[in-house]
Amino acid sequence: MRQKEFENRYQQTWDAFAQKLDQVESIKRRKSVLNNDLKRYDEDYRTLCYCLSLARERQYSPYLIKRLEKLVFRGHQVFYQRKIGIFYQIYRFILFGFPAAVRKQSKFIWIATGIFYLPALIIFALVLLFPELVYSIVEPGQVAEIESMYDPGLDKIGRGRDRASDTDFAMFGHYVWNNIGIAFREFAGGFMATLGTLFYLIFNALFFGALSAHMINAGFEQPFFTFVSGHAPYELTGIVLAGAAGIKLGWAIISPGNFSRKQALINVGRECMVLVYGAIFLLLIAAFVEAFWSSNASIAPIIKYSVGIAGWLLVIVYLTLMGRGRIGESE
Amino acid sequence: MLDTRKEIEIPEGITLDLPVAGLIPRAQAFIIDLIIRYIAVWILAAIFSFMGNFGFGLIMLMLFIIEWFYPVLFEVFSKGQTPGKKALGIAVVNDDGSPVGWSSSIVRNLLRAADFMPFMYGFGIVSMMFNRDFKRLGDLAAGTMVIHTEKKKKKKKKTEAKLLDQYRPLAPKTNLTLEDQHAIINFVERSELLSTSRLNELADYLSPWMSNTKGKNPPQSDLSPATQKLFKMAAWLRGGQ
Repeated sequence: MRQKEFENRYQQTWDAFAQKLDQVESIKRRKSVLNNDLKRYDEDYRTLCYCLSLARERQYSPYLIKRLEKLVFRGHQVFYQRKIGIFYQIYRFILFGFPAAVRKQSKFIWIATGIFYLPALIIFALVLLFPELVYSIVEPGQVAEIESMYDPGLDKIGRGRDRASDTDFAMFGHYVWNNIGIAFREFAGGFMATLGTLFYLIFNALFFGALSAHMINAGFEQPFFTFVSGHAPYELTGIVLAGAAGIKLGWAIISPGNFSRKQALINVGRECMVLVYGAIFLLLIAAFVEAFWSSNASIAPIIKYSVGIAGWLLVIVYLTLMGRGRIGESE
Repeated sequence: MLDTRKEIEIPEGITLDLPVAGLIPRAQAFIIDLIIRYIAVWILAAIFSFMGNFGFGLIMLMLFIIEWFYPVLFEVFSKGQTPGKKALGIAVVNDDGSPVGWSSSIVRNLLRAADFMPFMYGFGIVSMMFNRDFKRLGDLAAGTMVIHTEKKKKKKKKTEAKLLDQYRPLAPKTNLTLEDQHAIINFVERSELLSTSRLNELADYLSPWMSNTKGKNPPQSDLSPATQKLFKMAAWLRGGQ
């Protein structure tokens, strides 16, 4: 068949299909189109693919082939787009997707837990024994600044004098921006064969461990621990989860197994993201608690400690028990 | 072939050639987005700063969303194109050519932090240079790539068919190989991009092999006889009678 005949025969189909694509692609008109006009979309799309392969086989002009390719690509994008439904996905994620993923990745999470808590505990003990050691980990100026945040005389703990007038909501915004940003960088650091993640985990561990011990040495333990107890379960778990995701990502580069490094990375990337979403979820809770609950100095310490312990139990029960038996569904 | 095209096979059993976008257009798009982001942050900060401390909280939240999710939201809701990418006519797609969804878009954009290291997107640039699909680290992990799409057309181009309708099809005297035929058709298709004198110059290389190109005066155009003859042959090759 000559090209001209071919074009004459199919031109109408192509034009009609292009028109459908125009309609679907413009978001405004999408709703009104869906039912009637798209009935034969799949058939038309396949006809178009057939035309393209014929045109290539018969070596029709490059111009025609390019035109058909463009149409096929647009059709492909419309046909194979994924349904978005984000709210339903978040709901499923919190109810069982996230805890199930944590159990599935327990190996990496235990590793991250060890890498985070062991240095923290060691440096905590060391600073208790040798108080000056804190200055070799945290700069003296910063130590003084942090000390001022937990002065027992303050009515808003954890804010320091210059921040004392900030409202709770302002601090919430600050915590979200700062803490979740750090978690993202911690995860992305895994790309350097886990080294970046290890740096963030250990650095944070030393920082927290040394400061906690220093607060005891300085006699500020009451305001400090009442402040951190409320949000610690969510924040520390969030840091560990982001770290686990980063280590898993880096491990795919170090040891890709039976896949090429590129493919291993893609496979693992999806799984890691569930942990990162989980870390976001926990860090959002942490920021909320930290801003609106932890800083309130008028609540009795015993209540604050109880809430902290309840938080730990909640996190542990949620991650170990929630959504069991529905694992298959959460994939 | 030494070219920046990525061939993908789609379920319908045919292949599509996608033109992968390289470092320069992507960097340009990034800079445009950066400027837009700065302006957005500046305007929002100006508005919210009137709201005191509550406003400060809002600013930090906005900063968080704009810093990390600006590209994600645009890529998911606007066919893989942030405003900067749209301006450059490039778009993000999955490796199989389908539009990016939430998960791949979030992966590739969170890993920006890795691409950015050690400074100024150093790792990202190195990764793009060593990868034949110009993928930065985030693209590698998310299974995405950035391709050229059509920019919005300024004016509708005269189609090849219309162009050739003015010419009476003329069969070539000898049998042409497929390559020769393609060369002739390509020549006509590109004719709109070339100046008339360049067209004539190219076509005149062939005049020693074509008869009847001298002497006859061209009817109403600046095209040389050789060029016109090529056009006629193209019309014949495309299937005119």
